[in-house]
Amino acid sequence: MTLTVIDRNGTERTVTAEPGMSVMEILREQGFDDLQALCGGCCSCATCHVYVDGSAAVGLPPVGPDENDLLDSSAYRTDASRLSCQLRYTPALEGLTITIAPED
Amino acid sequence: MDQHYDVVIVGGGHGGAQAAASLRQNNFTGTVAVISEEPDPPYERPPLSKEYLAREKPFERILIKPVTYWADRGIEMILGARVTTVDPTAHRVTTAAGAAIGYGTLIWATGGRPRRLSCPGYDLAGIHTVRNRADADGLMAELDGVTCAVVIGGGYIGLEAAAALVKAGKQVTVLEALPRVLARVAGEPLSRFYEAEHRAHGVDMRLGAVVAGIKGRDGRVCGVELADGQVIDCGMVIVGIGIIPAVEPLLAAGAVGSNGVDVDEYSRTSLPDIYAVGDCAAHGNPFADGAPIRLESVQNANDQALVAVRSIIGAPAPYHAVPWFWSNQYDLKLQTVGLSAGHDTALLRGDPAKRAFSIVYLKRGRVVAIDCVNKVADYVQGRALVAAGMAIPEELLVDDTRPLKLLVAEFAD
Ligand SMILES: Cc1cc2nc3c(=O)[nH]c(=O)nc-3n(C[C@H](O)[C@H](O)[C@H](O)COP(=O)(O)OP(=O)(O)OC[C@H]3O[C@@H](n4cnc5c(N)ncnc54)[C@H](O)[C@@H]3O)c2cc1C
Ligand code: FES
Repeated sequence: MTLTVIDRNGTERTVTAEPGMSVMEILREQGFDDLQALCGGCCSCATCHVYVDGSAAVGLPPVGPDENDLLDSSAYRTDASRLSCQLRYTPALEGLTITIAPED
Repeated sequence: MDQHYDVVIVGGGHGGAQAAASLRQNNFTGTVAVISEEPDPPYERPPLSKEYLAREKPFERILIKPVTYWADRGIEMILGARVTTVDPTAHRVTTAAGAAIGYGTLIWATGGRPRRLSCPGYDLAGIHTVRNRADADGLMAELDGVTCAVVIGGGYIGLEAAAALVKAGKQVTVLEALPRVLARVAGEPLSRFYEAEHRAHGVDMRLGAVVAGIKGRDGRVCGVELADGQVIDCGMVIVGIGIIPAVEPLLAAGAVGSNGVDVDEYSRTSLPDIYAVGDCAAHGNPFADGAPIRLESVQNANDQALVAVRSIIGAPAPYHAVPWFWSNQYDLKLQTVGLSAGHDTALLRGDPAKRAFSIVYLKRGRVVAIDCVNKVADYVQGRALVAAGMAIPEELLVDDTRPLKLLVAEFAD
């Protein structure tokens, strides 16, 4: 399965990934160090903030209540905002493109 | 010739990893090495008492960076090597194996060693601490043969370990010497809530319980004896009674410090070109009225590492990060912003019976910290209250129908 990532410099890279992990874990494992993910996926830091653009976002599970509250801490929140640690990468997400959000 | 690096980082934990990575992120082109005692590249420590201990996440999933990251970024990882001496004049450290490594700048990020018991029986087999992977692996390897475990120390790590063991089907007793758990880090309402939660999960929670000794059979622990003579039978003891900062080589080299090594707001020690960050660094924290404290949190390790890096790359900025912390036990997500130590008022916001509430800590009328249990909104919105130390009438703070962000808007000046 593949996932396309646009980092903070605007550089686009497509990586292969295993389903089952969170998108945050995939980004980390692929060495995208724009993404700090300080709390390791505990929904406590919002340093794993990404954007998933319109059409792709449709296939995602909805933003959870904790995720929603935590996303509010970012000055860069948009309708496309997600916490990548809360997004489990499943076969349905094949070909997903995500953009790493600016650092707060 | 001796090895030499422009920056040598001692300790490959949260602070050391962040320092090395952010040097490169800031385009630092000099040579960088991380010397660390553990055999593994940097990994997250918090899961050791949570998902890793509960076998929900394997080790590979708690690595801070992929294994190849360090070499890719030109960061030398010298693992399994303990620094024993620092020569600040020659700008050189030596390891236990006798290697001498020169540095231009040194970042000391060694965390601490778990405090051990000193009572009779302290060295029996089956007594564990939880600080690093080896500790957790050693504990987990013995778990199958154990039905009853005693946790000594009701701090976050002890309570998290207790929750993980309960999940694994063990009968758990927690012994806390003080009259309440989390006494050093949280207010009484939070302590009482967690005591009740653990009891509801079947934990035998003993407060004011002083350990007199550990009982053994054939060299292995078989019980814990309390000061009142009672013995609690068990096959394992987990000791969570704090850490001793790992700063002996630095203090021996003349660095100022007692409880850890003293640093200024730029994370500089008293020795030239030597910084210290993370659990081992005693610093004047602006959120503790500038009192010198050590903070044991991922936030502090990361942010102090950034402060040290900024100074090294010539863009110094003093440490002024709002402290935050989290702890997971059972289905309870605790998130803390600010530092509650020294508070004079603790206000309950919401109903603990609903298992979603917060405690707002005030000092001289100003908000200094908020502990939030399953209440992410308060955690997020309360940060601004803590950052600005806002003074807000108590009756507004305790009204949990009123989002904290409205109070922020109303009382910001
Ligand atoms: C079980 C557990 C659960 C935790 N849970 C949380 C949590 O939920 N949230 C949170 O914010 N914080 C938590 N913490 C605290 C957090 O992990 C620490 O604050 C953080 O790891 C500190 O980072 P550090 O870089 O200062 O030290 P460490 O991460 O401890 O790294 C220090 C490293 O230096 C090495 N070292 C020591 N001495 C030497 C030497 N002389 N030479 C070479 N290497 C040396 C050590 O072996 C270690 O690898 C937890 C800690 C533990 C142990
Ligand atoms: S990694 Fe911290 S919120 Fe996602």
